[in-house]
Amino acid sequence: MGKTFAEKVLGRAAGHEVSAGEIVIVRPDFCVSHENGAAVVKTFRKFGVPSVFDPSRIVLVMDHTVPAATAGNANSQKTVRDFTHEQGITHYYDLNSCGGVCHQIMVQEGYALPGCIVLGTDSHTCTSGAAGAFAVGIGRSEMASVWAVGDIWLRVPETIKIVLKGSFRPGVSAKDLILRIVGDLRADGADYKSVEFHGDAADRLCLAERMTLCNMGIEMGAKNAVFKPSEEVLVHARARAKKEDWEVLWADEDAVYCREFVYQLEDIVPGLACPHTVDNYATVREHIGMPVDQVFIGACTNGRLEDLRLAAQVLRGRHVAVRTIIVPASCEIYRKALDDGILAELMDAGCVISHPGCGPCAGVMGGILADGEVCVSTANRNFKGRMGNRESFIYLASPLTAACTALNGALSDPTEWAKEARI
Amino acid sequence: MIAGRVWKFGDDVNTDVIFPGRYTYEPMSDEAMGKYALEDADSAFNQEAKPGDIIIAGKNWGCGSSREQAAKCLKERGVAAVIAKGFARIFYRNALNEGLLILVCSEADQIAQEGESISVDTERCIIRSVHGEYRFQPYPAYVQGLVEAGGLIPYTIQRLREREGEK
Repeated sequence: MGKTFAEKVLGRAAGHEVSAGEIVIVRPDFCVSHENGAAVVKTFRKFGVPSVFDPSRIVLVMDHTVPAATAGNANSQKTVRDFTHEQGITHYYDLNSCGGVCHQIMVQEGYALPGCIVLGTDSHTCTSGAAGAFAVGIGRSEMASVWAVGDIWLRVPETIKIVLKGSFRPGVSAKDLILRIVGDLRADGADYKSVEFHGDAADRLCLAERMTLCNMGIEMGAKNAVFKPSEEVLVHARARAKKEDWEVLWADEDAVYCREFVYQLEDIVPGLACPHTVDNYATVREHIGMPVDQVFIGACTNGRLEDLRLAAQVLRGRHVAVRTIIVPASCEIYRKALDDGILAELMDAGCVISHPGCGPCAGVMGGILADGEVCVSTANRNFKGRMGNRESFIYLASPLTAACTALNGALSDPTEWAKEARI
Repeated sequence: MIAGRVWKFGDDVNTDVIFPGRYTYEPMSDEAMGKYALEDADSAFNQEAKPGDIIIAGKNWGCGSSREQAAKCLKERGVAAVIAKGFARIFYRNALNEGLLILVCSEADQIAQEGESISVDTERCIIRSVHGEYRFQPYPAYVQGLVEAGGLIPYTIQRLREREGEK
């Protein structure tokens, strides 16, 4: 009987064949933490071991609270920074021109590699599945234990197969697809499960689109979400890999799945997650014209160059009607968007370009809403209070929907724009 | 045996409303976290919950972020147990790691009304209320060691000692 991706990766790491439901103890290839690394350090100290299991497997990325908004933020960052010096951890990304949101950094900088196991103290660690890794979010005490012991127990998950066919219609993108999938499967539809994306359309999706889809796997409860690496992904991995011994692993043709879904991309339309849950799906058409107070384009979900370029195509030579905040997912993307003239076009259109990081999405800084305000956001969560104010309302949407909405100050359907622009 | 007063919640209660993001990135003591428990969940719980109280919820309790504070703040607030139809994966691990008692019961919503008292027999896996007796699932065998050690920190210390002994 064939094996799923999860069974193959965990079986190789465990050193023997495994099937869904078994418990394995495995050594991760990379472990990523952000500012909550400070709490990991605090717990790690309680174990009484002098050094981490392998400093070359630990990645620390300051993203949630950079530049520090409070003394508390600054102290947490200092705790992490000092620890990297003490332990000889060189995979460290501070507030500088190499940094960004940790999930972007993991893929961009070659930590998320095909067939590798990535653990992260953030639920959106599953983003790294876009590069073919088995990437799983865990809690911070759990990470402290991994730093000390060098392994973790994992249950080999059952797998959901999602088959993607066809091509998107103009104005529709990967974000619209994942909002629809989360709406269909609901917030617990993939609890404890691995999600594999298959099909001719999945094979054609670019890395940025794959990251958007995998990023939101957790919004249906998935343990991980993954694509079979494409040639683009492999070229990127070979160029940037931070370790040598990696190989592509993928599910067998006759692997056993607990559920299967098929999506024809022509059927996908611009979508929304309405307040206050990510599975509260609606089409843009259902709420068209809804007044909006703020637009946010960015985050680890949709802050890549491709996303910013789309926004600039909409806004070029025109002017936004509401506050519009742009957050590139990393400094590398920021720099490329600068060189390509994308940021200038967005600025000329009245957008504010913020530094890379999690600020508005995590509700810690840089875009907190007033009571009763409505934000159209390209991020991944719309929970009550998510953007820092429990009296506000967040609608999740694609970068194209967000940009068209920014232009009109009211929720707008990008398919009309795409027809005119012939995209 | 545990006995306590019930607070009821629905499905998909996420970690952002259990422990809001605006507090998540501020360093604070474990004890301080209890004050913010369920602050954004539209409930009197945050103001009125007492040590020993029990939470009963629907499916997928603790979905969303990996923030461990969501489990820790309930533990620090003195919540004796969270009984739900199901738990989100990361919350489930965090709760076991923090030593917060979490019980999976398919009939959770029928056990009691808010404010009623219930008792939990952890040995026999039975919850009792004025409405009847309800079974909950025992912890899977593979987490027994972790639970018996009292959480992840003592369990990891135990594992490190065993490893030292093998050398």
